Amino acid sequence: MDMTRLTAVGLIQEYERKTLSCLDVARGYLDRAEKYGRLNVFVHLDGEAILSRARALDAKRASGAAMGRLAGVPVAIKDVLCVEGEPTTCGSKMLSNFRPPYSATVIERLLAEDAILVGKTNMDEFAMGSSTENSAYGPTRNPWDEERIPGGSSGGSAAAVAADLAPLSLGSDTGGSIRQPAAVCGIVGLKPTYGRVSRYGLIAFASSLDQIGPFAHDVADAALLLGVISGPDPRDATCVDAPVPDYLATLDEAPRALRIGIVREFFGAGLDPEVEAAVRAAIQVYEDAGATVREVSLPHSKYGVPAYYIVAPAECSSNLARYDGTIFGRRSADFSPRYPGEDKLPPIVRMMMASRAEGFGAEVKRRIMLGTFALSAGYADQYYNQALKARRLIRNDFDAAFHEVDVLVGPTSPTPAFKLGERAADPLAMYLSDVYTITANLAGIPGISIPCGLTKAGLPIGLQLLAPAFAEESLLRAARVFERAGDWHLKRPPLA
Amino acid sequence: MNYTLIIGLEVHVQLTTQSKMFARCGTEFGLPPNTQTDPVSLGLPGTLPVMNRRAFELALKTATALHAEIAPFTKWDRKNYYYPDLPKNYQISQYDLPFSRGGHLDIPVRKDGTGGGICRLTRVHLEEDTGKLTHGAGGYSEIDLNRAGIPLMEIVTEPDIRSAADARGCLEELRLVLRYLEVSDCEMQEGSLRCDANVNLHIETPHGAIATPIVEVKNLNSFRSVERALEYEAERQFRQWQEDGLTIKDAHKETRGWSDPEGVTKPQRRKETAADYRYFPEPDLVPVVVDDAWRARVKASIGELPAARRARFEADFGLTPYDANVLVEQGRDVADYFDAVVTKTSEYKLASNWIQQDILRIAKELKLTLTGFPVGPDELAELIGRVQRGELNTNQGREVLAKMVERGQSAEAIIEADGYKMVSDRGAIAAAVDAALAANPKAIEDLKKGKKPDAVKGFLRGQVMKQTGGKADPKVVLDLLDAKLAELASDG
Repeated sequence: MDMTRLTAVGLIQEYERKTLSCLDVARGYLDRAEKYGRLNVFVHLDGEAILSRARALDAKRASGAAMGRLAGVPVAIKDVLCVEGEPTTCGSKMLSNFRPPYSATVIERLLAEDAILVGKTNMDEFAMGSSTENSAYGPTRNPWDEERIPGGSSGGSAAAVAADLAPLSLGSDTGGSIRQPAAVCGIVGLKPTYGRVSRYGLIAFASSLDQIGPFAHDVADAALLLGVISGPDPRDATCVDAPVPDYLATLDEAPRALRIGIVREFFGAGLDPEVEAAVRAAIQVYEDAGATVREVSLPHSKYGVPAYYIVAPAECSSNLARYDGTIFGRRSADFSPRYPGEDKLPPIVRMMMASRAEGFGAEVKRRIMLGTFALSAGYADQYYNQALKARRLIRNDFDAAFHEVDVLVGPTSPTPAFKLGERAADPLAMYLSDVYTITANLAGIPGISIPCGLTKAGLPIGLQLLAPAFAEESLLRAARVFERAGDWHLKRPPLA
Repeated sequence: MNYTLIIGLEVHVQLTTQSKMFARCGTEFGLPPNTQTDPVSLGLPGTLPVMNRRAFELALKTATALHAEIAPFTKWDRKNYYYPDLPKNYQISQYDLPFSRGGHLDIPVRKDGTGGGICRLTRVHLEEDTGKLTHGAGGYSEIDLNRAGIPLMEIVTEPDIRSAADARGCLEELRLVLRYLEVSDCEMQEGSLRCDANVNLHIETPHGAIATPIVEVKNLNSFRSVERALEYEAERQFRQWQEDGLTIKDAHKETRGWSDPEGVTKPQRRKETAADYRYFPEPDLVPVVVDDAWRARVKASIGELPAARRARFEADFGLTPYDANVLVEQGRDVADYFDAVVTKTSEYKLASNWIQQDILRIAKELKLTLTGFPVGPDELAELIGRVQRGELNTNQGREVLAKMVERGQSAEAIIEADGYKMVSDRGAIAAAVDAALAANPKAIEDLKKGKKPDAVKGFLRGQVMKQTGGKADPKVVLDLLDAKLAELASDG
C-alpha cells in the first residue's frame, strides 16, 4: 500500500488499525517531497522536525493517550501563516528573515489535534496573484503539466495535495486563491465564510476579504480539516462566535430537495468551451440526482473585479506599510541618494524607500500604488467609497439569489491552467482568472471548488459551489452529491 | 489696536488600563524599553487588534461626564502615515464616526475673580498611542514601543478660550475632572496628559476685523508652559502681523514648538498641504454599538463631579467659593476627607481651615495622599471638637496633630502622655503675667513712649505663653494682660 495515496480519513483508519506508524508516513511523504522537489512546492521543509514530531506522536499513541482528530496526518501550510520559530516569508524577499515568535490560531488548532506540519508552501508574494509566479522563490509547477501554473496565490498548497506530497494543506483565499488553484490542480479547495476561521497569524493581504481554508482530495477530507480550524477566537474580533457543526458526520446525509442556481453571468464571454462543457455536465449530474435547477442572476457581478481591485489594494497598501526596513522587512544595505533631490530627504525616508523598492516584487508594488491612490484625498469618493457601494450591491444580489436556491453552481475558473509566463506581462488577463471567485469574497460567503473533469489535454477543471454565509454544512453536502456520482476526485496527475 | 486671542485645545489623555487599547500587554510607565510589548502591540505580521472594552468604557465615562453626546454606533479607522514610532505605519483611530461629539467643560472662576465659564468641546475620540523615539548618540534613533498602543483619548475643544490663563484653567479643570473620574493619572511629566493648542488673533483694524494665520503650538509639557507659550504666541503673532500683514487667508496653518528654557516658540514643519492620512475603516475591528442600557450603566457609574461638589460645599457648609475650590481642586481624596470630617463635626469652617492649613501641609511634607492618611477624618473631627470646646488651644492642637501623625496614637493618648491640658486657672496665669512684665521692663517703657500697643501686647502675650509652656488659655491670657496693662497705664 502506498500511504501517500491515502486520504486523511483513510490514513486515520490505517493508524487506528495500527497498520501504519506516523514515522512510516512521515518518511513516505518526505521521500516523495524530495523526489518531486522540481515542482518547487515547499519554500521551507524541515525533515528532522517532521520525523521527530512523528516519533512523538507514535509514542503518544503507544502510551494509550487519546489522539486528536488529525493524529499523524501531514498538513502542508501556505507560507502566509505564522508558525512559531519557523521561517514565514509570504513568498517575499521582504520577509526572507522573518521567524514569527508566535503561531497562528489555525496552527495551534492543528497541533492540538496532533497533526504533523509538513512544510511551508510556495505562494504568490503576499498572496497577490493567480499563478504562484509572483513568488520571490520561483514558480511552483502544476503536477498535471509541469509547464503550466498551479494557480494562485495558494499554488504551493494546491500542488502539494495534487502531487500527494501531503493529504491536506491550508491556503488562504482573498479573491479565489484557494478555489482557483484547487480547480486547476484537480483537487478540492474551500473558502469558508468570512469570520468562520480565525485570521490571527495569517499575514494580511486584504483584511476584509482574507480567509483561511482547506485543500484536500475529496469533500470528506475538506470537511474534516474545516471542522478543526473553524470556530471563534478571542484574538480575532472579526471571527464569529457561531457553533461549529460536525461537518464530516453530516456529509453523506442527502440534502432534501436540493435547489441549485445557475448564475447567468458566469457563463459569458471568456469562458473556455471545455470548461463550460464540463460544468454543464456537472449540472446534469445534479438534475439526475433529483436537484431542481434554475437560472439566477447576479446583475452586479460585473462590478466584482473592478470593486475587488480597489478594496483589496486599498487594504493591502495599509497592511503592507509596516514592511519598511525599520522594524519589519529586510533593510536595504545601501540607501544613499540615487536620484536628483533624494539627498534632501532624511536618511530614514531614503532607507524606507530603498528597502521597499528592493524587498517587494512588481505585482505587490503595483497593488500598493493602486490602493494608495484609491484612498487618497480627492479620489477616495470616486474609488474606494464607490467600491464599497458595489460591494454592498453584490452582497444584496447573493442574498436575493439565496432566497430562491440553496447553492449556486458554476465554473471556478474560466480556463484550465495556463502556461507559465503566459499572462505574466498582462496583469488584467491574470486578474480575470478570478472573475467567478472574487464576488464570494466581496460578499463574505463560502465557496468550494471540486474537480469535475479533465480537458482533452488532461488538465483539471473545477466546479464552484457557493452557499449563504455560515452554510458550510449544506455547501459540503451539496458538493458531496456530485462527488459521489463520479470519480473525478480519484484522478491523480501523471507524475513521473 | 485691539486684538482678541482665540485658543482651542487638543488634549491627549492616556487612559488608566491594565492592558493596551488593542493588545493584551501591560501599560506601566517607566519600565525598560520594549518590555511592555507583545506580538500585537509590536504590529507583528499576522497579528490582529482586539478592542479593550474597559478602555472604551472609561472613554464613555469621560464623554458622559463632559456632557457629550454618545454615538449609538461608532467605528474604528486607520490613519496611515509612515513614522518609525508607529510599528504598523498606521494608527488605529476614529475619523468620521467618533464615539462622542459635543459636550462642554465648566471652568471655575480664578482666585482673583477672573476667568471661569464654559468651554465647548468639538469631539472626544479614542485611538492608540504611538511609541517613543529617542535620538541617541552616533546619529541613531532608538525606538521604545512600551507606549505604543496605550489607550489614548483625544479631546478637542472649540476655539472658545480667550486668554492664556483661561487655557491653563481649562486644562487644569479637565485634569481634575479626569482624575475625579479615575480614568487617567494625567501626569504631564510622564506624558499621560498632553496638550497642543491652536491659536490665532482676531484684530480690530480700521478696515474691519482680520484673523491671523492659525498656529498649532506643540511641546507644552507643563501647565505653566501652556500659559507662557500662549502669552508669548499672542505677542509674537501681533508683531508678525504688524510686520507682514498676513492673515488666515494668506498662509497655511503653521506648527511651532515651545522651547521652555528659551521662552519662545519656534517653527517646526510647515504644512504646505494638508497631510493625506488616507483614512479608511479598520477592517480588523468590528463597529461598536452603544445601547441605552450601556449608556445608563456608564452614567450611573459617575460620581459627583468637581463643579457639583464646589457648589455643594458652598451651599451646605457655608464655605466661600475660594475655600470650596481649594478643597475640591486638590483632588478627590481631599474633598472626600472633608466630607468625612463634616459628618462628625458641625464646625465646617474650622474643618476646612484645619484641612487646608495643617492636614494638607503635613501630607505634602510626607508625600502622602489623604486616602489612608495616618489621622483619619473621625480623629480630626474629634481634635477639632477639643479645640472648639477650649480643652486645647490652637497651637496645642497643632502639636497634638503632629504627634498623632508621628506616633499613630489617638489625641487622647497624646494629651494624657504629654500633659496637654490648657491652663485656665486665672491665678496661675496672673502670676505668669506678672512674671512676664517683671522680666520685660523695656516693653512697658516702649508702651509708655507710645509704641504701637498691639505689637507690644502681642510680644507680652507670647512671653506669658512661654511662661506657661504654651498651655495657657489664650483668652484668659489676653483678659488678664489687658487688665494689668490698663492698671499700669492708670498708675502711669
